Parts: sequence; structure tokens; C-alpha cells
Amino acid sequence: MQAQASATVKASNRVVVLGALSAIAISAARLYAKEGAALVLVARNQQRLDALAADLRARGAALVETAAMDLEAEAMNAPEHMVDWKRRLGGLDHVHLIYGYLGTQAQASASTAELARITASNYASAVQWCEAAANIFRTQKSGSLVAVSSVAGDRGRQSNYAYGAAKGGLALYVQGLAHSLAPTGARAVVVKPGFVDTPMTDGMKKGGPMWASPDQVGRILRRAADKGGPIQYAPGKWRLVMMIVRSVPAFVFHKTKV
Amino acid sequence: MTAPFLQSDTIASWGRVVRASHRVARPRFADELAALITADEDGPALPIGLRRSYGDSNLNPDGRVIDMTGLDRLIAFDRETGIMQAEAGLSLSQALQILVPAGWFLPTTPGTRFVTLGGAVANDVHGKNHHSAGSFGASVTRLRLLRTDGSAHELAPGDPLFHATIGGLGLTGPIEWVEFRATRIPSAQLDAQDTEFTHVRDYFDIAAEAHALCEHTMAWIDCTSGGARLGRGVLSAANWSPHGDLQPHREEPKRAIPVDAPGFALSRLTVGAFNSVFHELKRMRTGPFRTHYEPFLYPLDKIANWNRLYGRDGFYQYQCVLPPPTARAGVEELLKVIAASGQASFLAVLKDFGAHAPVGLLSFPMEGTTLALDFRNLGDRTLSLMADLDRIVLSAGGRLYPAKDGRISPAMFAAGFPKLQDFRVYVDPGLSSAFWRRAAG
Repeated sequence: MQAQASATVKASNRVVVLGALSAIAISAARLYAKEGAALVLVARNQQRLDALAADLRARGAALVETAAMDLEAEAMNAPEHMVDWKRRLGGLDHVHLIYGYLGTQAQASASTAELARITASNYASAVQWCEAAANIFRTQKSGSLVAVSSVAGDRGRQSNYAYGAAKGGLALYVQGLAHSLAPTGARAVVVKPGFVDTPMTDGMKKGGPMWASPDQVGRILRRAADKGGPIQYAPGKWRLVMMIVRSVPAFVFHKTKV
Repeated sequence: MTAPFLQSDTIASWGRVVRASHRVARPRFADELAALITADEDGPALPIGLRRSYGDSNLNPDGRVIDMTGLDRLIAFDRETGIMQAEAGLSLSQALQILVPAGWFLPTTPGTRFVTLGGAVANDVHGKNHHSAGSFGASVTRLRLLRTDGSAHELAPGDPLFHATIGGLGLTGPIEWVEFRATRIPSAQLDAQDTEFTHVRDYFDIAAEAHALCEHTMAWIDCTSGGARLGRGVLSAANWSPHGDLQPHREEPKRAIPVDAPGFALSRLTVGAFNSVFHELKRMRTGPFRTHYEPFLYPLDKIANWNRLYGRDGFYQYQCVLPPPTARAGVEELLKVIAASGQASFLAVLKDFGAHAPVGLLSFPMEGTTLALDFRNLGDRTLSLMADLDRIVLSAGGRLYPAKDGRISPAMFAAGFPKLQDFRVYVDPGLSSAFWRRAAG
């Protein structure tokens, strides 16, 4: 039955979602489901992956497969997993890297383990998955990688430079991939969301014009898989905001608490 | 990992009269629920949805609430049989995005699609097709209910706890998922017709005739006019059209009210003018017309946060139902008192309920005529007007809708709902609401 279902999938809609249980990932995956896409969902919790898979099938996805794993621990096997998922989908068109770990700067400064976790989750493991996806796209001369970074990666700030540096490093890596893929026709995009109302940010004071919903960012991720430049802000107004933040001179910036 | 309860001052009901502080949990996965409701924390909790109830049935001031809207996953949808099973936080709006393209529709729907499935069950909501389809609970085939003692119950019609949960205001336990039977539609279009009446006494005959022919009926009435034009209005009736495609509505509202309107925005004059213009517009539309379901069934959903039009102090909604023998005289009397009060209503809706047996112990719909209207909160003046209306409803043998209420007396509540005593047994001792403490405590 699965083979039958995958036969009906459009050749441009075979998708792997890394960190499929995040609020933003769920929003993006539902857009794919509505289009009748085929998906592999990857995250840690099998029970929750099963619930999401049922949701996406009911919404119209032609095929939904799950792979329960710790994406940090499995990063060294990224090429093998990526090839396997491509086989299960009957091809590979889009890879979305959405997982990450926010943590807190205070803990990262106090604990080598916490700092290592932030770096591993947001950078060291993430670039392995990105490279594995890009290698497939490079060979087949088509496909797109969309990785979620953060506006926090645009300037080191006292409140979250561990997370910011890791996400900023990821953004540079994907920017480089975009450059390297350009001659082949394949694409790599880094999306930098601002504040998003998700469980990751519970505990922060929310609301107001600078906060976006997971659905808003999900729509941007879905669109980024098809078109747009290599660096996209989500929503777009953050491009201007971060241009200003980056250009504030240090002697002024250092007087702020941001 | 369990989402914790976080302090919030932003939880309000649709009427926005009560401003209170809550501790809020926002679970994203069903497996988080059990730990949340059995959490060893002080005071009772309350599951809440999209907070379209107007009064205080969805508030638990200074206590805990569980925001169920993150639990919005479909579990199964059979495109052949139209049976949909989904987590309780799924909105009707989202459900329609999936149902409509497959040729199905909600069995019935309230006047807003921004209601969760759990809320539709907990308030046993009704719609313009009540005379043909009954209330939402009539189409619920199964549901899963959790209790704060840690137990879980899969319930179906016939089970006493099922009938307590339909219309049970969320007090019998958080609903994890709901399964319901959708209705076949040939297209997303309705063939509709408006009929004008110059006095409310003419409504009843026109409505009776429309019910025999049309699945959907409702009437708008102008509450500001009295005398010979008391309760003048327009009855809209419609059936699903065999012509047209299965395109669902646009998900996002086009316009929004970004801030609270200033106090003068809804003065009697402006409301009167609004109602007059609305009346003229309706009058010009003669003969049958075809319309997408969205403007017909959800006229106010086009404007996000329209409740802010009533200003900072918020508003009350008053919705009663009067049984057939007293409905004609009773509705006329209510309209006379409202017109004389000068506390004009932005919107007034008149609708007949069919003779379906109620599904829930606290189901609001019963055979008769229901009148719903808004009153801007002017404090004591408004409360005293509604107390006058209560007396008319009481002597007519009617009842008020808990989902709309923010001030009913225990005596009025008990008089309207003869099965209230039976219901009490099923209330989960770990749950409560401001409404429940006030009206039934």
C-alpha cells in the first residue's frame, strides 16, 4: 500500500523533516501534507511521531514514514540515513532541518556539558545533516535544503551568545553550501526566524508585533524550499531589524542589556 | 517533559468583562495531558479552547487553565464515510479545511469557526440548521475523557458520562479527542434567499415555512426600532447548492480590529445607523442568490477581534430560548423591553430550534425560539436590564445559554436546566470554572 501511495506523489514533493515535532516543523509538514507530499519525519519520540504521522495522512499526505532517533547522536551516520530515507521516499526533493536547542546562556557559561550540548545540537550535528543532504542534491543536480537558524546568530549578545554563535555558524555553513550548489541547480537556504510563539520560548513574555506564529514561519519554510535567496528572515522585517542591530557600534551596544 | 503552568494576565473570554490572572499550561501532545491534570497543585483546573464563550464559563480566575488548542491533530478521517476523529483542540475552521475539499461539512456549526472540537462538545453548540440536524452533540459518535483521578474513559452515546460531557462545560474532565459524523455536501456553495418582515410577529410564520424547505435558517432583527416596526428583520434561508466547487474558506481573517474601540464607537445612534444600513442592504437583495458558505455561516469571522468594537469594558451576550407555546408573546415582550431600554444591540439573531431530544444533561437547545443579542457593558444599567429580561424568560418557561452568560443567578440557572442535579454527580472534583462557582456553587 505504501508503494502504491508513493507512486502518486509528485516528483517534486518528497521531503525529509529533521526535528519534525517542533511547532514550526508541524506547521510546515501540514502544508506539505495538503499538497499530497511524501514525508519522512525524524525526531526522538516515536509515540508523538506516530500521532503526527496520522495527522498528516488524514490531511492528505500520500506517504508518511517515521524515524525515531536522537539527531545529535546519529549525526555521524547522517549520509547513510539520508540515503535510506531517499530510498524509502522513492527520491528526495526537500530536506528541512528544524531541530535545535535554546538552553540558557547562564547555564552554558557555568557548565561545559551545557555548552557542548548547545554547540552540538545547533551546529556540530546540524552541519553533518546539511552536508549529507547537499551531497545527494549535488549528485542529482536538484533539490533544496532549508535549515532553520535564528536572528540570534547575527550578532553576539551577552544574553545568548552560545546559542547565537552555534546558529550563526550554521547560517554561514548553509550560505557556503548555497554557493557550492549554485552551479548544479540545487539550492540551500538558511531561514532566520525572530521570536516565535512555540514551547521553545515558553517562559518569555510573548505578544506584540515582533512575535510570529509557528504557522507564519512554517509557510516561509515551505516557500523557501521552492524559491527565494539563500538567506531568508522570518518574517522578512527581521532583515531590516538585524541590519540595524549589527550596525550599532560596540561602545553603544555594550551599554545595553540585550 | 511536561509543559508547566505559567502565569498569564491575557486570558479573557469573548465578552472581555472579566479581567483575571490565570496559570496556564499549553500542552502540545496528548501524552502531556495526564500529568498536567493530575498535577499536585493547588485548586481546581479548567480545560479551555479558543475562548469564544462570552461570559465566564471558560475562566478560572486565580486558578489553573489548560489551553487545549495545541492538541489539534487529526487521528483519522475516512473520506468515504465522513467519520472524523481528532484531538479536542482542533478548530472547526481547520476541520473544514480538510472536510470541504473531500465533499464533507461539519454536521452543524456555530456562527464562528474559531471554536475547538472540545468546545463544540462542551457547549453542545447549535447552528442555523438546528431544526434539521440538531446540536453538535447529536453527531458525536465517540470521545475520550480524562479525569483528574488519573482515569481515562472512551465514551459513546448511551453512556451516562457521555451525556454529562455533551454540554458539560468542560467540567466532567478534559476531552482528549472527539469522533463525529460529518455531513455530505455537493459543493461549498449555498442557494439562499432573504425574506423581509416588518414586525417580529410575522417572523414565526415565515420561519415555519422556511424550515420545511431549507436546511439553514436564521433571522437578523433590528432591536432599536419599536412600535409598528418592533423587531423588523430579515430571514435568511439556504440549502447546499448542487452547483459549484469544493473550495474551502480562506483561513486568515481579512481584517482585524487592532485596538479597543473608544467608548462612543457603539453609541445608540451608531448602532441604529448600522442596523438601518444593514437592513437596507438586505432589502435590496431580492430573489434567490448563491453564496459561498463562509459569508453565510460566518459573517463576523471576516473581522478578527470584532469583540474589541465594544471597547475596554467589554460586553455581555444574552441568549435565551423560549418554548413554542410562549415564544411569540415572550419574544415580543423581550424586544419591547430592549427597545425601550435604549441599550441597543449591535446584532440580534432569532432562530427556531427543532424538536430534537437534547443530547446532554445541560444542553441548551430545546424546541422553541432562541433570541441572541449583545449589550455593551455599562455596569449596573446593563445588569438590571438583563435581570428584567430574565423575569420574562423565567415566566415563559425558557432558559439561558451558559456559553453566553456572565451573570446568571443560581435560581435562574436551576430553573432553566431541570437535569442540573443529575449533572452534579459527574462533575470532576478537580475541575471548576467561574461560571460554575457562581451559578451552581
